[in-house]
Amino acid sequence: MKDPLLYVENLRKYFEVRRGLFGRRRLYVKAVDGVSLALARGEAVSIVGESGCGKTTLGKTILRLYEPTDGRIVFDGKDITHLEWKELKWYRRETGLVQQDPFGALPPFMTVKRILEEPLIIHGFKDKREREERIYKVLERVRLTPIEDFINKYPHMLSGGQQQRLVIARSIILEPKLIVADEPVSMLDASVRVEILKLLEDLQKSYNLSIIYITHDLSTTRYFSERIYIMYAAHVVESADTKEILRNPMHPYTKALLNVIPDPDPSNRFTIKEVPAGEPPNLIDPPPGCRFHPRCPTLVKGLCDVKEPPTVEVDKGHHVKCWLYG
Amino acid sequence: MLSISSLVMYYRTLKGEVRAVDDVSFSLQKGETIAIIGESGCGKSSLAKSIIRLLPRNVSRYKGKILFNGVDLMELDEETFNREVRWTKITYVPQAALNSLNPVIKIGDQMIEPLLLRRKIDKKEALERAANALKLVGVSDAFLHHYPFELSGGMKQRVIIAMALLTDPELMILDEPTSSLDVLTQANIMNLLKKIKREMGLGMIFITHDVALSSELADKVAVMYAGQFVELSSAEEFYGSPKHPYSQKLMESVPTLRTDKELSFIPGSPPSLLDPPKGCRFAERCPFKFERCSQDPPITFLDEGSYVRCWLYEKGRL
Repeated sequence: MKDPLLYVENLRKYFEVRRGLFGRRRLYVKAVDGVSLALARGEAVSIVGESGCGKTTLGKTILRLYEPTDGRIVFDGKDITHLEWKELKWYRRETGLVQQDPFGALPPFMTVKRILEEPLIIHGFKDKREREERIYKVLERVRLTPIEDFINKYPHMLSGGQQQRLVIARSIILEPKLIVADEPVSMLDASVRVEILKLLEDLQKSYNLSIIYITHDLSTTRYFSERIYIMYAAHVVESADTKEILRNPMHPYTKALLNVIPDPDPSNRFTIKEVPAGEPPNLIDPPPGCRFHPRCPTLVKGLCDVKEPPTVEVDKGHHVKCWLYG
Repeated sequence: MLSISSLVMYYRTLKGEVRAVDDVSFSLQKGETIAIIGESGCGKSSLAKSIIRLLPRNVSRYKGKILFNGVDLMELDEETFNREVRWTKITYVPQAALNSLNPVIKIGDQMIEPLLLRRKIDKKEALERAANALKLVGVSDAFLHHYPFELSGGMKQRVIIAMALLTDPELMILDEPTSSLDVLTQANIMNLLKKIKREMGLGMIFITHDVALSSELADKVAVMYAGQFVELSSAEEFYGSPKHPYSQKLMESVPTLRTDKELSFIPGSPPSLLDPPKGCRFAERCPFKFERCSQDPPITFLDEGSYVRCWLYEKGRL
C-alpha cells in the first residue's frame, strides 16, 4: 500500500460482564475478535455488518475511545495501542468521530459557534480571532451558509441534515487525518442522505482525509468507499475492493446480504427471497469453528463447525475467511 | 374495499395549526397493497392514524370520507367504531411496535387481549387462535408462555404481526414495520408479509421512507409530500417512470446495488406543515417551476386510479 496511514493488527476488544450469584462468574463479550485492516492516506473504506457484529466497537477502539484488549494499532508510523491519556490528546486532534444520531451528539445548550469553539479551546488555540476564522471556514466547508443565519442557533433549531453537517464540521475543525463515520446517514431521509455522503466524499478529496465509514447498508458503500470489510460476529469475514465485492461476493454471508437488498423494482413483490435462518450468535459464547456455520447454506459438517477457517487471499486484494476457499 | 376521499386532519399546537393530512384520496381493492412513501414529517404516520381514528388530543379539523366496504367510517360513533372496526376489521402495526410489547406480561396473554375484549370468546379458544397465528408467522407456539425480553427483535416483530392478524382483519396498516431491524431480519419479515398477502388476501397499507423496500410489497405507490399525495401510480408505472418532479428526484436519490447510476439530492428541505406555501408545495425545490406553480396545482387523472398533482400534467398540456 502506498502512503499508509493506519495499520490495525489482530485487534481485540473484550468487555467484561458478570453473571451468576453475586457476579461471581466473569464472562467476556468479545465484540472485536482479531480484526486486521489497513488504510491509506486519503482512502475511504467501509465496514459493513449488522447490529451487534462489533463494527461500532471496532471504530471506537481504533479511535482509542476504548483501550484495546489485544492487538496493535499503528497510526502515521506511531504505535498508539496503549498510549497514555496525556499523549492521547495528540491523537484526538488527528482523528474525528461522526456519530449516527446527530442530535444526541450535540450539546443542546450550546450554540453552533460554541460547539465549534470547544475543540479549538481544548487544543490550545488562544487567539480569539484565529478561532473565529476557523469556525467561519469550516462552516463554509460544510455549507452551513449563510453563516450568520446559523452561527448563533442551537442544535434543536436545525434540521436533521444540518445537525449532521454541524457534527461533521466539529469533527474536521482541527483538520484531522482520519475520520470514523459511524452510520452517519442512517437516520436521515433519502435525499439528505445523498447530500451528506457527497459532502463527506468532497471533504475526503479536498483534505486528503481518510474515512472509515461504518454502515449496515451495502447499497450506499458503492458511492463512497474504495474498499469494503464485511463483519460478522466480531470477525472480518471478507474484504476486497468495493466493486469486486459487489460483483463477485465469495463468503456465504456476503452473498446472503447482497441477495436480500432490494433495488426499486416492481417485480420484487412477486419473489420470495432466500434468507439464512436464525440470528447472529451471542458474542459471549460464539459457536465453535466458523461463526456463520449454524446459518450457512454450504456448511461442511465436521469442518466448518469444528475449526475456525483461515483468512485466505483468493484473488489479488480479495480476502475471505471461509473453508470453501481454505 | 377501502375508498378514501379528501381526508383532512389538522391539529392545533402553540405555534399554530399543523396540516398533517391535507386532502388525501385513494382507494384500495381487496388483497391489494398500497405503499405510502415520503420523507419524515410529511404526514404519512398521521394519515395512518387518521384512517384508524387514533387522533391526537389537539385535533382541530378532521373530515373527509372513508368508505370501508360501503360504510362511511366517519359517520360511526366512537363506540361502534371501536367495536367493529378498530383492531378488528382494520388492524394497525405502529412504528417501533416491537418496543410496545409490555415487558411484564407473557406474549400469549398480550396477544389475546383484543380477542377477549372484542370477540367475547373464552381464554382457551383465544390462546389456541394465538398459537395458530404464531405458527403462521413462523414463531414456535411455545413462546406464548415467554416474556418479550426472551425474543429477538425479528421475533418480536413477528409476534406483533401475528397479533394484527388474530382478528381476521380485512385491512392491515403497517407503519415502518422493519425500520429498526437488521438487513437479513428485514428480508425475513418482508417474505412473511408477502406470504400473508398471498395466502390471506388482505389489503395492506405499507408506510415507509425506503423507496427500494416499498417495491417489495407495493401494488401501487402513493408519494406524500407536505401532507398531500403528489402522485399515485401503479407499481410498474412508479418504479419505471415516476411522474411528479418530486417522485423523480426522490428516485434519483435512491442508491442501487445492481445498476450504475449517479446519485443526486434535492436541495433545500420540505416546507413546514404549520404554514405550507401557497400553490404547489414542492415548487420551491422543483427544477421545472414556472409561473402557474404559485397556484394550487390540480389533480390530473392519468390512468384508472392513478393521478398526479402538478401543473405540468394539466389537461391539454400533455
